[in-house]
Amino acid sequence: MLSLVMLAGSASAQQTVRIGLIMPYSGQFADTATQMDNAIKLYVKQNGDTVAGHKLEFIRKDTGGIAPDVAKRLAQELVVRDKVDVLAGFVLTPNALAAADVSAEARKFMVVMNAATSIITTKSPYMARTSLTTPQLNETFGAWAASKGGLKKVYTMVSDYGPGHDAEQAFQRGFKQAGGEVIGAVRFPVANPDFAAFVQRAKDQSPEGIYAWVPGGAQPAALGKALAERGIDPKRTRILGQGELTEEEARKSMGDTAIGIITAYHYDASHDSKLNRDFVKAFNDAYGRNPNIYSIGGWDGMHLIYAVLKASGGKTDGEALIGAAKGMQWESPRGPVSIDPETRDIVQTVYIRRVEKVGGELKNVEFDKVENVKDPVKARMPK
Amino acid sequence: MLGSFVGVVFDGLAYGMLLFLLSVGLSVTLGMMNFVNLAHCSFAMIGGYVTVTLTNSLGWPFLATLPMAFLAAAAASVVLERTLYRRLYRAGELDQCLFTIGVVFISVAVAAYFYGTVQQPIDTPSYLRGSITFIGVNFAAYRLFLIVVALLVTAILVFSLEYTRFGAQVRAAVDNQRMARGLGIDVDRAFAVTFALGGGLAGLGGALAIEIVGLDHAFAFTYLVYVLIVVAVGGLGSIGGSFVAAAVLGVSDMAGKYYFPWLGAFLIYLVMVGILMWRPAGLFGKRH
Amino acid sequence: MKSADFFQEQIRWRPIEIAFWIATLLPFVVAPAYLQLASQIAITALFALSLDLILGYAGIVSLGHAAYFGVGAYTAGLLAKHAWGEPLSGLVVAGALAGMVGYLTSHIIVRFRHLALIMLTLGLGLLLHEAANSASALTGGADGLQGVRIRPLFEVFKFDLYGRTAYAYSLVVLFACFLVSRRIIHSPFGLALRGIRENALRMPAIGAPSRAHLRKVYTIAALIAGVAGALLAQTTETVSLEVLSFGRSADVLVILILGGAGRLYGGLLGAIIYMVARDQFSGINPQYWYFWIGLLLVTVVMLLPNGILGGLAKFFPRKT
Repeated sequence: MLSLVMLAGSASAQQTVRIGLIMPYSGQFADTATQMDNAIKLYVKQNGDTVAGHKLEFIRKDTGGIAPDVAKRLAQELVVRDKVDVLAGFVLTPNALAAADVSAEARKFMVVMNAATSIITTKSPYMARTSLTTPQLNETFGAWAASKGGLKKVYTMVSDYGPGHDAEQAFQRGFKQAGGEVIGAVRFPVANPDFAAFVQRAKDQSPEGIYAWVPGGAQPAALGKALAERGIDPKRTRILGQGELTEEEARKSMGDTAIGIITAYHYDASHDSKLNRDFVKAFNDAYGRNPNIYSIGGWDGMHLIYAVLKASGGKTDGEALIGAAKGMQWESPRGPVSIDPETRDIVQTVYIRRVEKVGGELKNVEFDKVENVKDPVKARMPK
Repeated sequence: MLGSFVGVVFDGLAYGMLLFLLSVGLSVTLGMMNFVNLAHCSFAMIGGYVTVTLTNSLGWPFLATLPMAFLAAAAASVVLERTLYRRLYRAGELDQCLFTIGVVFISVAVAAYFYGTVQQPIDTPSYLRGSITFIGVNFAAYRLFLIVVALLVTAILVFSLEYTRFGAQVRAAVDNQRMARGLGIDVDRAFAVTFALGGGLAGLGGALAIEIVGLDHAFAFTYLVYVLIVVAVGGLGSIGGSFVAAAVLGVSDMAGKYYFPWLGAFLIYLVMVGILMWRPAGLFGKRH
Repeated sequence: MKSADFFQEQIRWRPIEIAFWIATLLPFVVAPAYLQLASQIAITALFALSLDLILGYAGIVSLGHAAYFGVGAYTAGLLAKHAWGEPLSGLVVAGALAGMVGYLTSHIIVRFRHLALIMLTLGLGLLLHEAANSASALTGGADGLQGVRIRPLFEVFKFDLYGRTAYAYSLVVLFACFLVSRRIIHSPFGLALRGIRENALRMPAIGAPSRAHLRKVYTIAALIAGVAGALLAQTTETVSLEVLSFGRSADVLVILILGGAGRLYGGLLGAIIYMVARDQFSGINPQYWYFWIGLLLVTVVMLLPNGILGGLAKFFPRKT
């Protein structure tokens, strides 16, 4: 009996676990994939490419940007042609939603490492997410702003597309439920090169606080500069935003005008824990820049994959892997995280940070936090 | 009320001036040489990356990098024109389209390879940041700078076109190439210099754009549409046309976003469609 | 040669054409793991064919042709989501709606030429894209349309992971539309179109009502583009704003020019070469495949003017 088990064990030791990575390696979102892939490579370098007796093999596929038909086809090809055991990556929501169908039909374990729309994890019972959801951040932020943040009235400005609408809805909901009042709202076109007009509109209302949401990339710096140009001083008018607003490149471009901006986010490279300091140092040594949220999503995604492979006792089918993922908890460079057994989504701490000059450099300094935040949208859905 | 109107017009004008610098080169070369150069924004990208490299890695002051951005882009234009483009002057428009799109693809990949895919940060000098308040309106310093630069460039362009011999040669070549050749004008040289000038201005525009709209490896694609809009609305081959079109588009875009924010992105396209339906050759275009 | 004989001669199937269509069946046998890709190539080929009708044959350069592709895709998707999931009827409705939108816009389009025409098509395409983004309650906005479920074809052939049904379906529809286009091109109407392309001013002088002709072909091209869009929506069960994007319009234009416009097979050949190259390059080098594609385009133009088919025609002159 024992020899049979050992034989089976050694047979599976030869088995490679193939992981298909679907990301926008080229096109306007390429930087997100670069950062995510960097973290994945670093994790494998630090932890070795053999897990629970299986050797890992990675197959990378480029979607080129928002292309759900391509993402779905790539997922299908990875399953049918390359016989992957895990589908991972997924920076963009439409792509994640399309690939979810493949995960559900082929019963493959799928790890979403960035895409942040709430409903994504409902599309396949074999999917787990290690990044964030937009409402998880923004509803918590809204509630914080109206209570501990001491803000009574706010003017909101968001990008006019899905994620922006989600952020607006979530923030306003949290804010109003905690007793705040939204005095005005505006939406900018998605491809918006110039924010001046919208910032002027906001200024006309003389708001106590402004909440802004723009996608990462060029827009945060442009918005920040537009706010500064109009003379909106973060020390007098509170400026609130999701962490993208004060990401590294944006801070550099805005300069001292960024000081005082308050953001909510789940990860920052300056988070003060030994685990994170080691992570940031290793990342810098390997790639010459700081990790960001795409990196941490990829890092924790890899951690989850390694952990479930170990926990499933060598089994690689979707059922076994997702079963092992539910309820998994671990300490990440961002803080404590876990995978909610009901929704298979990430549960984590939301940090409230303010931009301050520390040692001559502009940093997001964490001064408050809300722990164990689940995705509120799914929590409200009827079971 | 009036204050915000003045502010909106000012901001729109500044944005328009940026579009003008980016587009004027394409308008002239398209009108003059009938050469469809969709890689025009790649030259803008070259200018942008030159400025970024000089300020960030070599510590040059921002203003000093601007002439370098112009020269680098102009040099790249000349090289490209002499080696590859001139073989395509006789080719059909569709072939020119395909070729120059291939050049855009290559330039985007090269930019990603050398500079990565990340947004390029730019450290503008402090005297160009912030704003000046005058008659109750906020005038952003950088936008004032943009307008001044654009007006200067326009003045130089118009002056050289109207009052120099070379300018007269260029105008002759635009109006009637065959006649110009017949009169002994070195049309090829006029083409090359004009092409270099157009590319150089795009490079300058790209460098100036970083502060307002950012720079990354996909810039050559992203702004192509706006540049084409300015060129079409202004009329091919017309500097004045590009100026007015860029100003009109910039102001209407800004005014639209301020007074009718729900129209948002629609407005610039509606304005373009409207103007083209009214004047298909553009505001100052010549009817062939 | 009598005019009837002329058309007879044109419409005869050349051996190489027959070989081509038989070759399209090969993927079922030699590359069964690539059928999803083959299906998307067939769909793109159909889209390129529709653009060829207006660009290659009627001389209308459009930078906004994805508008009709998108209308077809969203119609098929919305129909499957809210009404019924039967694919063939969905295809017909989508094509009809796209054709109608094409007919309406054609009244504007055919009045313009040169750069104004190109920019107007671009502008209309961009406006439609924005409108679809704004109407996110209907279209699903940036996240895309959710809940599109297609019934198996004839209630027997399921659209599954392997793509067999998808490819067979797309291929048959492509072939059918190809036959229709071929008929149109090799007809007095088609000849008139080519005349208009060559010299729009003269055509009315010989009694050919150019604007009416152009509107007709534009409508047909829009209809076929809509059918292609519907095919994509049905075979992938996804629809997102990307189907209406400038990127899609630009891609199909590049594909058509690459293959050679005005030669009926140019769009098909361009689609095959471009998409296979892209798939291979991005598999080898996910981050910088753009470079190789750019190089491919540049090389093709230098060596083979007028697209691949155009260049090849120089080596194989047609016997008239």
